[in-house]
Amino acid sequence: MGLFRSLFPPRRTSASIAKERLKIVLAHERASSRAPDFLPILQRELLAVVGRYVEISDDMIRVTLGNSGDTSLLEINIEIEGSKPKKGGSGPALSAAV
Amino acid sequence: MAKVIVVTSGKGGVGKTTTSAAFAAGLALRGQKTVVIDFDVGLRNLDLVMGCERRVVFDFINVINGDANLNQALIKDKRHDNLFIFPTSQTRDKNALKREGVERVMEELKQQFDYIVCDSPAGIEHGAITALYFADSAVIVTNPEVSSVRDSDRIIGILASKSRRAERNEPPVDVHLLLTRYDPARVTKGEMLAVEDVKEILSIPLLGVIPESESVLRASNTGTPVVFDEDSPAGRAYVDAVARFLGETREMRFLKPERRNFFRALFGRA
Repeated sequence: MGLFRSLFPPRRTSASIAKERLKIVLAHERASSRAPDFLPILQRELLAVVGRYVEISDDMIRVTLGNSGDTSLLEINIEIEGSKPKKGGSGPALSAAV
Repeated sequence: MAKVIVVTSGKGGVGKTTTSAAFAAGLALRGQKTVVIDFDVGLRNLDLVMGCERRVVFDFINVINGDANLNQALIKDKRHDNLFIFPTSQTRDKNALKREGVERVMEELKQQFDYIVCDSPAGIEHGAITALYFADSAVIVTNPEVSSVRDSDRIIGILASKSRRAERNEPPVDVHLLLTRYDPARVTKGEMLAVEDVKEILSIPLLGVIPESESVLRASNTGTPVVFDEDSPAGRAYVDAVARFLGETREMRFLKPERRNFFRALFGRA
């Protein structure tokens, strides 16, 4: 078995799978642990404001704080495709990246 | 100036107490007057690993509460004059560690010792935070295994945000990776994360790699820090790690499978 394995190594070892999974999960956790405390509140308030004009749900808004070079980038993505405009609301197009 | 080192990991069972005992004894062997403190209130074990369980009279909590003075509680190691053990309470709970009390005791210890090694409990609760709060340096004990690496990353983040140095905007805690229970044969077969992988993921400097070794259990069985076993690969790896901590450059050892296992590795294990 040992000889066979060394002649025909399996394409991906379990250690390389472990490494890749760790990289992904830690990238995600580091980003969320560095996020300032106000982000969830900001997200909730934005949701409330946009919700006055179109029907949207919690998972349609994404607020992230990233870094590019020296500047911090606050990115707000609101997905409203297919959402019904509410009566008395303004125009339908609303997708913001600040 | 005395230096405070926390031995921490987040995850339990990775070798914090073994490392605390070995590291403290290693520092003592290098002529540094060293005390090793058990922060795991309620689950006292450093005394057993250090082989002084029958000599505990007063503990950390007694000293914090003023029921005993420091020199009544400190236990002098019988193998080395520079080495002292400061046991914790077995009957209280972790919340008995009040930060002001711990601070007062730490200041008093700094007058007497060169190094103060803090053996942290597992987790990220009060006891673990108290153990790392006063640290100047941290030894992050990690096994080459996904949950341990993830928890180490978390504790590195906590050191950067919740330690006293972080709160006071002082230079950050100096963090070091210590990879324990490393099995080079399994790494070669792709069954275990390699030291380079863990280093790359955690991106902190590597202090040492401790090979999986039968001598570690033998050492805890007899209550002897593993650095006193000169035949033990793990003991020698700890001695190297202490030397690196003190600023020496030493090549990493025990990263390759032992030669005598060559045929077993080739034909598969029985």
